[in-house]
Amino acid sequence: MVEIFGIPSQALFGQLLIGLINGSFYALLSLGLAVIFGMLNIINFSHGAQYMMGAFAAYLLLQYSGLGYWPALIIAPILVGITGVIVERLFLQWLYKLDHLYGLLLTFGLALILEGVARNYFGSAGLPYTVPESLQGGRNLGFMFLPNYRAWVIVASLAVCFGTWFVIERTRLGAYLRAATENPTLVRAFGINVPRMITLTYGFGVALAAFAGVMAAPIYNVSPQMGSELIIVVFAVVVIGGMGSILGAILTGFGLGVIEGLTKVFFPEASNTVIFVIMAIVLLVRPAGLFGRRG
Amino acid sequence: MKRMIGLTALAVVLACGTANAQQVNVKIGVLTDMSSLYADATGPGSVLAAKMAAADFMKDHPNFKVEVISGDHQNKADIGTQLANQWYDVEKVDMIADVPNSGVALAISQVTRDKNKVFVASGPASSDLTGPKCSPNTVHWTYDTWMLANGTGKAVVKTGGDTWFFLTSDYAFGHALERDTMAVVEKNGGKVLGKVRHPINTNDFSSFLLQAQASKAKVIGLANAGGDTINSIKQASEFGIVKGGQSLAGLLVFATDVNALGLQTAQGLVLTETFYWDLNDATRAWTKRWHAERNAPGKYPAMNQAGVYAGTLHYLKAVAALKSATDGKAVVAKMKEMPTDDPLFGKGTIRADGRKLHPAYLFEVKKPEESKYPGDFYKLRATIPANEAFRPLNEGNCPLVSG
Repeated sequence: MVEIFGIPSQALFGQLLIGLINGSFYALLSLGLAVIFGMLNIINFSHGAQYMMGAFAAYLLLQYSGLGYWPALIIAPILVGITGVIVERLFLQWLYKLDHLYGLLLTFGLALILEGVARNYFGSAGLPYTVPESLQGGRNLGFMFLPNYRAWVIVASLAVCFGTWFVIERTRLGAYLRAATENPTLVRAFGINVPRMITLTYGFGVALAAFAGVMAAPIYNVSPQMGSELIIVVFAVVVIGGMGSILGAILTGFGLGVIEGLTKVFFPEASNTVIFVIMAIVLLVRPAGLFGRRG
Repeated sequence: MKRMIGLTALAVVLACGTANAQQVNVKIGVLTDMSSLYADATGPGSVLAAKMAAADFMKDHPNFKVEVISGDHQNKADIGTQLANQWYDVEKVDMIADVPNSGVALAISQVTRDKNKVFVASGPASSDLTGPKCSPNTVHWTYDTWMLANGTGKAVVKTGGDTWFFLTSDYAFGHALERDTMAVVEKNGGKVLGKVRHPINTNDFSSFLLQAQASKAKVIGLANAGGDTINSIKQASEFGIVKGGQSLAGLLVFATDVNALGLQTAQGLVLTETFYWDLNDATRAWTKRWHAERNAPGKYPAMNQAGVYAGTLHYLKAVAALKSATDGKAVVAKMKEMPTDDPLFGKGTIRADGRKLHPAYLFEVKKPEESKYPGDFYKLRATIPANEAFRPLNEGNCPLVSG
């Protein structure tokens, strides 16, 4: 068997694939953050809490209305997205003209409240949620055992990421959106309802977080702090990719997942620090991030 | 007449004065994890347990006034130490209870010794608390890493699981648990094929699980706790580890973790605990009270919370015997001298090194179809008597014992 750095190449393929799967979560979450920052100029610190809400919504739907994983994958993001719309209408819309700091503080406070409420009602140990029956089991790829659910995670997240990128960068609606962030007054003059578009964009970004939350529920512990553990890493991903860059967020998400996966093989103790080391290096060399535009 | 009233009033005041002189005030601080991964197995449920112990004690001892306060150490040793200092110096706290997280607990044990107060360590796991780091002011109540290793490790090796791979949480607790379990495995003729140390609060274990799978070890030992254990077990089931012929040994699994995993995922898991709510009539009655006051029907008390109740009760009995809580060392000496007796752990003793001795139970998590009512998690596989459940006194290297 061929060995690379003392690790059999087959095992290495397995670890690369695992890295890509974890990268899908980073990509999904940083995508939502990038959309919100790019279009609204808000640093959405409640993104982790909204991801947690997605997973909890899936649990509650199953518990109280008997709706399983597949309906939850559609319904939970819509429900959580609606709460996002309400938050935008009530609070965020007043902050666009102010410094970034205000949006950051508001969303951070909101995240603490959401987490606290969830902890109060559900405790911190977590809630059970199992893999849907149709995706249980897995297949042997020769170099590793790939659970069907993980394969689905990669496929779904690639589809969602590509879809979002396509809508924003290649369609008329996306063009309106991008124009509205550059010059809202002019776009309004063409008869386009800019505030409503911004509201829906925030709702969509939040729904993306909730979607990732539902995807995570069967494999990660569904607990109130599940989002806050992840969000710091995801912010690092966004900073490395370049704030507001959609393609940057997606590519760095997958890329860093792979790098983190490899660290888990060669030096596991550093696996939750490696991303921040990379962030520090990238900020030194390219302060605007790998794909960011200098602004 | 006026003089009569005056005299009566004077008499009443004097009477109260003497009554006050006999009254003993005790203040207990529950230092715990209120908001993170151990908050369900300890946290608010532990504070309630301390309050229940105080109420039960005051019923029999009306001249005692026991006050319970609580604080969140956020799993950080510096925050815990600061809070403990403030409690001892400013708030006049006499005893600190609970303290999950071995890293924080080792720090609190030192502070308590410096201030000559009492630390009833019912939350932490590291067996070092009664080993090299033992203290005349600390009683280690509920469980420890040696007991977990001895209970679960021995049982698994004896049923054929003789090759091991460890997933270890990379801090004081994980290292101690890994060390103690490796010793048990090797002593019983088993072999350790490898280990990987992961940072605390890791989300994804698939990479580590693949390494464990590749090691071909028969048993994957989880030397971690809380959310980390839940994630490992959940993902191991996803990756078909158990179906592939390897088995998992959860070295520290609380009833709250089993509740979070669900029986579907947790079934068949073997674990060691010193308390289970459904063990006997006394534990069931206590749990019923705990439920009523906790107002959280879906939750079940973990052994740590039972440890807070029993430890606090025994501490108060020792204070009552001395009629004073001021000299921490004297109170702990009294606690060691008096045999313990409470509804949750039964009769027991506290050893010279501060180790509380009681039986441990080897449980197996039930299959979903075997579970008859909510909270019906375990079947009892074996009872380990108190004198075998914990590390022998002379093997701990505790300076209090060797002189």
